[in-house]
Amino acid sequence: MPTLTIDGKTVHAPHGTFLLAACRAAGIEIPTLCEHPAVEPYGGCRLCVVDVTRPEWNGWNKMVVACLFPVEDGIIVDTRSERVLETRRVVLDLLLARCPETPLIQALAGSYGVTKTSFVLNPEPTDCILCGLCTRICDRMGISAISSVDRGAGREIAPPFKEPPPDCVGCLACAEICPTNHIRYEASDGRRRIWGKDFEMLRCPRCGRAHITVAQADFFAGKNGVPRSYFETCDACKRKELAATATKLAGGASTPAVEQGTR
Amino acid sequence: MRIESHQQFDAAVEAARAAKLSKGREVWVCCGTGCLANGSRAVAKAFDERIEAEGLQASLGLYHKTTGCHGFCERGPLVVIQPEGLLYTKVKVTDVPEILEKTVRNGEAIPRLQYKDPVTKQAVAKYEDIPFYKHQIRVSMRNIGRVDPEDLDDALAHGAYSGLAKALFAMTPDQVIAEIEASGLRGRGGAGFATARKWKACRKAKGERKFVLCNGDEGDPGAFKDRSIMEGDPHSVIEGMIIGAYAIGAHEGYLYVRDEYPLAVVNLGKAIEAARLRGLLGANILGSGFDFDLRISRGGGAFVCGESSALMRSIEGRTGEPRAKYVHASDKGLFDLPTNLNNVETWSDVGAIIANGGAWFAGWGTPKSKGTKAFSLVGKVKNTGLIELPMGTTLRHIIEDIGGGILKDRPFKAVQTGGPSGGCLPADQLDLPVDYEVLSENGSMMGSGGMIVMDDRTCMVDVARYFLKFLCEESCGKCVPCREGLKQMLHIFEDLCAGRGRPGDIERIERLCHAMQLGSLCELGKSAPNPVLSTLRYFRHEYEAHIQDRACPAGMCRDLTAYEIVEEPCTGCHQCTRVCPTDAISGKPKQKHVIDPAKCISCGSCFDVCPEDCIRFFPKNGSKEAANAHADH
Ligand SMILES: Cc1cc2nc3c(=O)[nH]c(=O)nc-3n(C[C@H](O)[C@H](O)[C@H](O)COP(=O)(O)O)c2cc1C
Ligand code: SF4
Ligand code: FES
Repeated sequence: MPTLTIDGKTVHAPHGTFLLAACRAAGIEIPTLCEHPAVEPYGGCRLCVVDVTRPEWNGWNKMVVACLFPVEDGIIVDTRSERVLETRRVVLDLLLARCPETPLIQALAGSYGVTKTSFVLNPEPTDCILCGLCTRICDRMGISAISSVDRGAGREIAPPFKEPPPDCVGCLACAEICPTNHIRYEASDGRRRIWGKDFEMLRCPRCGRAHITVAQADFFAGKNGVPRSYFETCDACKRKELAATATKLAGGASTPAVEQGTR
Repeated sequence: MRIESHQQFDAAVEAARAAKLSKGREVWVCCGTGCLANGSRAVAKAFDERIEAEGLQASLGLYHKTTGCHGFCERGPLVVIQPEGLLYTKVKVTDVPEILEKTVRNGEAIPRLQYKDPVTKQAVAKYEDIPFYKHQIRVSMRNIGRVDPEDLDDALAHGAYSGLAKALFAMTPDQVIAEIEASGLRGRGGAGFATARKWKACRKAKGERKFVLCNGDEGDPGAFKDRSIMEGDPHSVIEGMIIGAYAIGAHEGYLYVRDEYPLAVVNLGKAIEAARLRGLLGANILGSGFDFDLRISRGGGAFVCGESSALMRSIEGRTGEPRAKYVHASDKGLFDLPTNLNNVETWSDVGAIIANGGAWFAGWGTPKSKGTKAFSLVGKVKNTGLIELPMGTTLRHIIEDIGGGILKDRPFKAVQTGGPSGGCLPADQLDLPVDYEVLSENGSMMGSGGMIVMDDRTCMVDVARYFLKFLCEESCGKCVPCREGLKQMLHIFEDLCAGRGRPGDIERIERLCHAMQLGSLCELGKSAPNPVLSTLRYFRHEYEAHIQDRACPAGMCRDLTAYEIVEEPCTGCHQCTRVCPTDAISGKPKQKHVIDPAKCISCGSCFDVCPEDCIRFFPKNGSKEAANAHADH
């Protein structure tokens, strides 16, 4: 198992893990915006930059993003060198110019001493930081209903042709994963609307709650051999059922099934 | 007919050479993109028809062929008469009968069509005597303009695939790599990475399936060396790739060509087809037992798709966006399999190096940069075009001897090298020998070999703004420092050029540059500050003038510049009134003219045409004294 030094601490990390995980395991905090355990690392926000060196490099450092850099034996990592902090400050300063009204960015920038941007304020403030989490989670599920469109300064996240996305199943994963709550949706009993598309909901056969969209159940049905009926029951009812079964197996309750079983 | 052994290959080359020699005389018409745009296809057709109609093949032994780009596009359509090597420029369809009658039949020159040296004003008859060509040494472009890209036999007669035959039949893969190492060849696509080292790493990488790729994205605005090679001598690229694949142990390759290069795609496609038919590509190449095949992948034309990880994503059919790579492509590249990517020019060098030996190539150049390099020379020089020269040639030689000096003999100000993420070098750096290290040490870079020459009428702040604007549009937008940083940097530069600069702007710029260099994901963002930092390094006073005096010392930023006509030499010649787009200049003939400041849009057209040098510019919002101070600078 590679042994490395992070901010003076000796840390062991298994082969193939990324530096970010090793830092966190060692209790060292690294700011991140585009990283999430559910999706592949991306390296877009650049907040997790750290300095890496080796004794034989004679003082030369390379700056890497911790979320993508695989741990190596013998490296010496500095997560708070002056240039690391300065790079994060400029990145946050730039993000604050883009998203001046976004609480998450305000707070993160504030923690690096940036309370007011030194750049030109975005005339159309947005909450989207283009971290790519929404598109990656959607890709991850094999749906790919939304993607980033346009390059450079004009880049944005949108469905194809900016019309209600045909592939979207209304699962809300993008909205759930969005760190700034930029992706909005409307949900009322029996109806859901996201990306300009309306969804019909499916009711749980047990409790009657409208918990997933019909499109979602259709999409997941049959995947990995799981029948559609599995998705029709809501999670809460499934949990209840599971708890009941567990209790039965433990032999605690006086349900006939268990009694039969113990005989 | 398929060539199935070394002997058969040698025999095919012999036959091609003999066929070439039997053609007594030839008319070559350039059909590169530049000449085509000037109507060379019609000229070629006219020659074809005349030769056919008059039976000149039988009577004069005259043949006709179309070639790729000679690099001298601004003078096109170009026609060369062989074996004398006579060059005619700007040839029109109506000139064809005269050329056949006078020059081909009677050996008479047609002075009107000859090239006139802009420096000596003398006509130059022969292609190889023209200063633009005389100083060049061509390796990667060895056959462009000489072979018919659609004729494999013509290429064979000019030495194509002889390096391949040597590699397959007389060398082991390790020997091929050793030869490339001895040549000192470094990547011609930008970073200048040692080619042999890259091949070695990919050869060592574990895996049955490996790829070799050719980077034909050439996204730098104004660059066209790779296009000319792919169009004019596609076999040199294919040959290099087969040799590389043999050295690495790859059996599949892709040529990534931008969609804006339709002729390159067509010519490469035909060349691949012809090579397959003759057993030079595909299974059991030349009977050697080595298999390799090639496909063309057409890129959408984004600049960032030239970046290696983005290029590979694009070939895979995904969005062409860079990925952070702490794992090399030689281990995990295309489809996460071992991959070797080289530039078009790099591949084109390979065949010649194997055929002639590494030491031959290493005979040119500087200690760390060997061989020759293609450059596209553009901007304010008299001769523009595509050139190839030994590494270590000085900038002065390139600009003065090959470029023929600055247009209208104005003073030289700077040369921008390396494409959008390169830098600008000032006059006192003109004696620098051009190599990878020297250019980088002085704040610029080799890049793909673009050279833009600038005269005194160039504002260096505006130059930096131009490149920033390009990069801002071409950034993929994935990472924050590049996407947001370029946007903010462009804001600052637009303010500077409009006279809205503020104290502290230079420091703000430097801070952003630093963070972008350190924090960006790919080389686009990391190197985007180069044009800014190099102009700041050599022309800081121009930045200061824009901020402190709201003045553009070069008189190019329109919002900062006003024009007036000075009393003394103005002869009332009217030339300025003719070019002024807003009719802002008035005056009676032979009397002093005046510019109406309310109408003047500061375009500077009058300044450029005034034969008496009596038009002066000064800062619009500053004092005339400040203007004079800058003019003296
Ligand atoms: C933004 C960007 C654009 C690039 N464009 C090109 C290109 O158009 N052609 C090219 O050969 N290399 C280009 N490169 C360099 C490639 O990433 C790569 O280094 C090169 O193709 C390797 O070949 P070489 O070793 O033969 O130079 C580009 C790099 C970056 C960062
Ligand atoms: S540096 Fe620019 S081009 Fe490269 S990944 Fe970041 S945004 Fe994209
Ligand atoms: S978390 Fe590493 S770049 Fe965003």
